[in-house]
Amino acid sequence: MIKIDHLVKNYGANCAVDDISFEIAPGEIVGFLGPNGAGKSTTMNILTGYLSSTSGRVMVDGLNVLDAPLEVKRRIGYLPEQPPLYPDMTVEEYLIFVYNLKGCTLNRTKHLQEICEVVKLTDVKGRLIRNLSKGYKQRVGIAQALVGNPPVIIFDEPTVGLDPKQIIEIRNLIRNLGKDHTVILSTHILQEVQAVCDRIIIINKGRVVADELTENINRVAANSFRYQVKICGPQKEVLSMLKNRPDVVYAEVMAARDGDAYIYQVESNRGVDIRKSLFYAVAERGWAMVGLEPLGMSLEDIFISVVDKTSADAAERGAKGGKKPRGKSLEKDIAQSILDATAEKQESIAPYAGDED
Amino acid sequence: MFAIFKKELRAYFINPVGYVYVGIFLAASALICAFTTYQQASYDASGYFQFLLLMMGVLIPLLTMRLFSEERKTRTEQLLLTAPVSITGMVLGKYFAALALFGASVLVSCINLFPLVSYSIIEQSTATSDVHVGLVGGQVIGCLCGVLMVGAAFIAIGLFISSLTESQLSAAVVTIAVLMVMMLTNFFNSIINSAAVRTVLNWISILARFDRFALGMFDFSAVLYYVSIAGVFIFLTVRIYDKRRWG
Repeated sequence: MIKIDHLVKNYGANCAVDDISFEIAPGEIVGFLGPNGAGKSTTMNILTGYLSSTSGRVMVDGLNVLDAPLEVKRRIGYLPEQPPLYPDMTVEEYLIFVYNLKGCTLNRTKHLQEICEVVKLTDVKGRLIRNLSKGYKQRVGIAQALVGNPPVIIFDEPTVGLDPKQIIEIRNLIRNLGKDHTVILSTHILQEVQAVCDRIIIINKGRVVADELTENINRVAANSFRYQVKICGPQKEVLSMLKNRPDVVYAEVMAARDGDAYIYQVESNRGVDIRKSLFYAVAERGWAMVGLEPLGMSLEDIFISVVDKTSADAAERGAKGGKKPRGKSLEKDIAQSILDATAEKQESIAPYAGDED
Repeated sequence: MFAIFKKELRAYFINPVGYVYVGIFLAASALICAFTTYQQASYDASGYFQFLLLMMGVLIPLLTMRLFSEERKTRTEQLLLTAPVSITGMVLGKYFAALALFGASVLVSCINLFPLVSYSIIEQSTATSDVHVGLVGGQVIGCLCGVLMVGAAFIAIGLFISSLTESQLSAAVVTIAVLMVMMLTNFFNSIINSAAVRTVLNWISILARFDRFALGMFDFSAVLYYVSIAGVFIFLTVRIYDKRRWG
């Protein structure tokens, strides 16, 4: 359905998208994951014909975006990062305008009514967009993308600024759309793509770092290597014990306390499960472990794991005489991305951790 | 394109700017008409139309200032540019919306001339000789055509300037400045000695080209001049949007 071939976009000397290639089959829900400024929006803007690429080719439904822009635009419904709404219009007027703009031939009243029902806008149809809350504005933006029933729907960060309940609603909506549409969704929240998408494309610094089915990413994400441990015992000794354990790369005591237990954060070597040995080590010394929970993996952790895995796969293939692994430059990118993104790390996970149930 | 035309025309009357424009245009044109004809006890409408042009230099920027700058600021242009409408279609839709409102206000302002007509009918009936008393039809129609043409050119210029900036205010100010310079260049003729420079200034000046309409002549070279200004600036606006995509 969508084919992107060696796409490059430069803004002056700045390279926003650096040689991205991938293909998306009809009916897939694909998540575009990456930190801010990774090139997600630029790629989507090129896909929708809003921007032109510096080089490379974008095909939608067998049509080149540059050769047949109108035909391609007719096949795509797009919700940009900031929903393009006219605050002076009512919801209904706005949707009618979009309907006319897209030159739709479907029955107007019926079609718009269906869309309003799908995104739950029927109650606010007559209200000025200016007076709607952020969540409703976002929904009007989604409704706009659905007008004309395009086969491809592209959402750029559809859940930013919504409350948890609205986020779940919108995710369900997207999942339902995926039944008969090809959906591309960009986000910097890992849980979001895990919850919604069939396939995840991780991009960073304008490059595709990983292109995996969600199941594979989930498997990687399940292998946590960072734990929060609560141990009753003398703080200094416990900490030095933790630091001296062979597989522990990092240990730190937290400011908060739980009763008479101190809380520690421990990070192990990847691929090693330290939980059992740690439990016995603590018990041996006569201290009590009152809590041990894995901390969720952040986007950056996933980057590392996924890239490690893919480059290992590639090395395997390389050994068998296939392609050469291109892990080197990727690893360098990743190292940089960790440095960049440590500040963002906590925030990207914390507020959404609880809404999976 | 028609959807954009309709939306823009509607937007003029959702925002106060459309009412402000129409209100000022009608009030000021009525005043100008009163001062240039009734007060002068004259049936010569050429002065009226010339002042009307000057007024348009201030009022047309009101119409064009928000056309693109607002869309850019609120990022709604992303909707228009990703919809199955060509850039030319989008630009023309907006252009014709402004032109339609302008044309309508000019036509409504023709009411100003009705008292003059009725007055002339009375005067004619009491006149002893066969001399024509009243407005000269050719002059009025020629001037109306001229005003519409000049308006079409001005709107294209305003449209272009609006596509350059995100700020409505700066779009309006720059457009007013540009239009004033274009209109008033031949006023400098009196202080310039060189005949060559004078010819060039006269050639550029919009008012100088309007003179023949005021005499009741239909000047095709002037019409061509106005239409090509409009065409060039519409083309440039399309190019601006095309260029921005590649930027």
